[in-house]
Amino acid sequence: MSLLSVNGLSVKFKQRREDLVALHDVSLSLERGERLAIVGESGAGKSLLGYAIVNLLMKPGFIAEGSIKLDDRELTRLSSKQWQEIRGKKIAMIFQDPMVTLNPVLSVGDQMVEAIRSHTRINYSDAKKLAIEKLAHVRIAAPAQRFDQYPHELSGGMRQRVIIAIALLLAPEIIIADEPTTALDVTIQAEILQLLKQICADNGVALILITHDFGVVSRIAERTLVMYAGRIVEQGPTLEIINDPQHPYTQGLLNALPQMALPGQRLNQIQGNMPPLNDQPSGCAFHPRCPYAEDKCRQQPPNFIFSGVSTVACYAIEDMLQAFEPLSEEDADD
Amino acid sequence: MLSFIGRRLLQAMFVLLIISFVSFMIQDKMGDPVRQMVGQSVTLEQREALQQELGLNDPMLIQYGRFLGRAIQGDLGTSYYYKEPTIDVIASRLPATLELSFAALVLVILLAIPLGVFAAIHPKNLLSRAVLLFSTLGLSVPIFIVAVFLMYFFAIEWGILPSFGRGETTSVFGLWQSGLFNRDGLRHLLLPSLSLAFVLTPIFIRLIRAEMTDVLQSDYIRYAWAKGISAPRIYFIHALKNTMLPVITVGGIQLGTLVAYTILTESIFQWPGMGLLFMDAVTRVDVPLISTYLIFVGVIFVVTNTLVDVVYSLVNPRVRIPGYS
Amino acid sequence: MNVLHRPPVQGNSERVTRMRHVLVAMRGDKLALFALLIFAFYCLVALLAPLLAPYDVNSTEFMNLENAELAPAWQTGDTRFLLGTDTQGRDLLSVILHGTRLSLTIGVCAVLIQVFLGVGIGLLSGYMGGRLDAFLMRVADIQLSFSTMMVAIVVLAVFQTLFGHAAYQQLAMLMLIIVLGVAEWPIFARTVRACVFAEKEKEYIDAARILGVSKARIMLRHLLPNTVSPILVILTIQIANAIVAEAALSFLGLGMPPNQPSLGALISSGFNYLFSGAWWISVFPSVTLILMIFVMNLLGDWLRDHLNPQVTRG
Repeated sequence: MSLLSVNGLSVKFKQRREDLVALHDVSLSLERGERLAIVGESGAGKSLLGYAIVNLLMKPGFIAEGSIKLDDRELTRLSSKQWQEIRGKKIAMIFQDPMVTLNPVLSVGDQMVEAIRSHTRINYSDAKKLAIEKLAHVRIAAPAQRFDQYPHELSGGMRQRVIIAIALLLAPEIIIADEPTTALDVTIQAEILQLLKQICADNGVALILITHDFGVVSRIAERTLVMYAGRIVEQGPTLEIINDPQHPYTQGLLNALPQMALPGQRLNQIQGNMPPLNDQPSGCAFHPRCPYAEDKCRQQPPNFIFSGVSTVACYAIEDMLQAFEPLSEEDADD
Repeated sequence: MLSFIGRRLLQAMFVLLIISFVSFMIQDKMGDPVRQMVGQSVTLEQREALQQELGLNDPMLIQYGRFLGRAIQGDLGTSYYYKEPTIDVIASRLPATLELSFAALVLVILLAIPLGVFAAIHPKNLLSRAVLLFSTLGLSVPIFIVAVFLMYFFAIEWGILPSFGRGETTSVFGLWQSGLFNRDGLRHLLLPSLSLAFVLTPIFIRLIRAEMTDVLQSDYIRYAWAKGISAPRIYFIHALKNTMLPVITVGGIQLGTLVAYTILTESIFQWPGMGLLFMDAVTRVDVPLISTYLIFVGVIFVVTNTLVDVVYSLVNPRVRIPGYS
Repeated sequence: MNVLHRPPVQGNSERVTRMRHVLVAMRGDKLALFALLIFAFYCLVALLAPLLAPYDVNSTEFMNLENAELAPAWQTGDTRFLLGTDTQGRDLLSVILHGTRLSLTIGVCAVLIQVFLGVGIGLLSGYMGGRLDAFLMRVADIQLSFSTMMVAIVVLAVFQTLFGHAAYQQLAMLMLIIVLGVAEWPIFARTVRACVFAEKEKEYIDAARILGVSKARIMLRHLLPNTVSPILVILTIQIANAIVAEAALSFLGLGMPPNQPSLGALISSGFNYLFSGAWWISVFPSVTLILMIFVMNLLGDWLRDHLNPQVTRG
């Protein structure tokens, strides 16, 4: 049994006439202690998926269909009170920009202690002791002094450490990190990623890392899930996907990495843009940008198949596999 | 922080200097102290001698310097009508105005914070829409109409509340004549303070709702939800504290409006405060009293605005770094 | 060169489509449409007051003490005076029509002064920046902190004392317009300045500067057009505020004299008779004033929400 399993999740935005579909039939599972990356361009719906899992969609977004199970417990039907008990305690979150994530008028200590005391009956001084311990755990120097400081007195990297410490306070089972290093200086990004990875490994916490950066993925995640236009297009072990991407979109993303272009050469962009929510193409959502698009891609969306490397939704892969299949049957006959 | 306060103080001094100069010009241009002292039954030579003696023929800046010197010692002239030092006359009316403003502010805070917060949290709720429509309507009714109709219904038609004056007062430590400690005084206070609150509350409801709506959409509020903090704590600790920062600033600016409104309210309810005193002084052409009122109100404005800046910097930890403001 | 001279954001046609967009959106919002219709009605009435009024307010027979304090027509059956008469025997309907005209005129003229001063100072402050900007904005802050009503009361009271009551009444309208106009310039100046700050970083301004276009020309031809929609947003609310301020000042006896009544002066002269039973003298002008201000506030709010969401508040 998986720790977290999402099945057939679709998220819509309420509109006056017809609701816009932002996530199409998304399914995923996460094992205990596993580190999963969700990758895609901005607007692919990866952050939305993260927020949907903890029921923090901003209006007018809402979960239209599907189930989210944590330890076999259905979450989509919980009351707001029950949700409050899960958030922060079972599933902790790390947001993208540490400069705007902490409340500017409350001290670091206040924001840590309130998180602890919202979930457990514990007196202030014990909560403070725990908070300082966790600050030390994320390698913040002079944690007792930081405890009394306000967010604006800390650097961006320091704030993200504080946020990681807050995530650890209640020993959650899952941490969802939404682009945790995007807003930070390049020099600090690596440190924070290393810290995040190690902390998850040490404490047996499962991690969902939302990112657009394959460089980040390769360093942290065991498994990767690629999203495009609100759909999952490919998922599988990180190493295999990076070495042998199957879906044309994944190939495009990896090709677009700066290190894939020769010096002096133009970067290999994917042509075109992600379709807007109110103008989704028929069939496979990627077909307008896909170099291999055929007629059937424009008509019916492809189903998931296992390519031998990863699970992919693409007709080109399907055709390729079928081309090999009769051969293997003949082999069997022989 | 210290340099921030220093700059504010310097600016406050500068504004006070300008106000005092305006007051001086008013006294200088409109009042005739010689006539005030000796009447008109003196010869031209005697008048001129007296003018010379009083220094009225000196250059203006020197006269202004003398005016400032006296003002610092608390001497701003003698009221033509009351024949008393203007400062004393105004000081004796101060408690009435302060108590009226205080009562109105208490009403505003009690009404505007809960209603504004509610309207921000539940924007689609019917009550919120009603509150907003009411506040736009409240914004559109001039205070003197509110005051007169409150008086008409409560005091004249139904005869429930007294229509004018301050009623009984009790002396507090012999320094302060207060109407807050007996039934009669409180009954008299009710209508004037309600009128003031009626026009000020909509301003603050709209302000609090707008600021709170912005704050509720910020990342740190979403993060607080993600931490599993309870809704009351998010609304009243995380959001309200951030909402109050701009509200304090605008509150400081609205002080001027409050003083102007007390002039109107006091005139209608014959409330014996500084506003009524000022309007009476205008009718009686009591020049020293007019100019003293100006200085007095100017000092109150400057002091409160400086205080608001300082309080703001205390509530908002970000201002404490020098140069951050 | 020619291309650079045209601000890209707001060409004339774009501004027209934006206005059309606003009108279309308004058709969907019943409350806003209703407010717009009533406001248009007020403007029309103000414009045509001399034609619409049943009596000629300037004729010597208009004031007739024999007709003083007649109740509205449906109470007395006297069809000569639909809304009754005031204490001097004037037809209330005619006086209200003219009062509306006067109040709107004062409001609009005062706000024109505000716009003129505010836009000028705002452009200068925003474009020049630096010390001049810091100084002007501090002055704006300080002036705002004194509140328009307070400044107006003090200035008008002083002038009344200086000129004497009788002479002051001759100048009342001019004084009201000037005082209300000058006292509120910071509102427009701040908005325009914020707008200019956002706009002047854009490339076409740099390009114009490099090409040697004069500062005055950059400000007027390139920056000014961008401030139009935020100015529109505060315009209606500012006119409403000016009218309320005028009414309050007239109520205190510092504004329009009773023989030339604006709505405020009318209400004020009627209050003394409220308690003796002649309610109509103050109630009708009050309702007229409140409704006018209400629809203008509704319109202002609506414009702010739809034209320009990030205008400075307060």
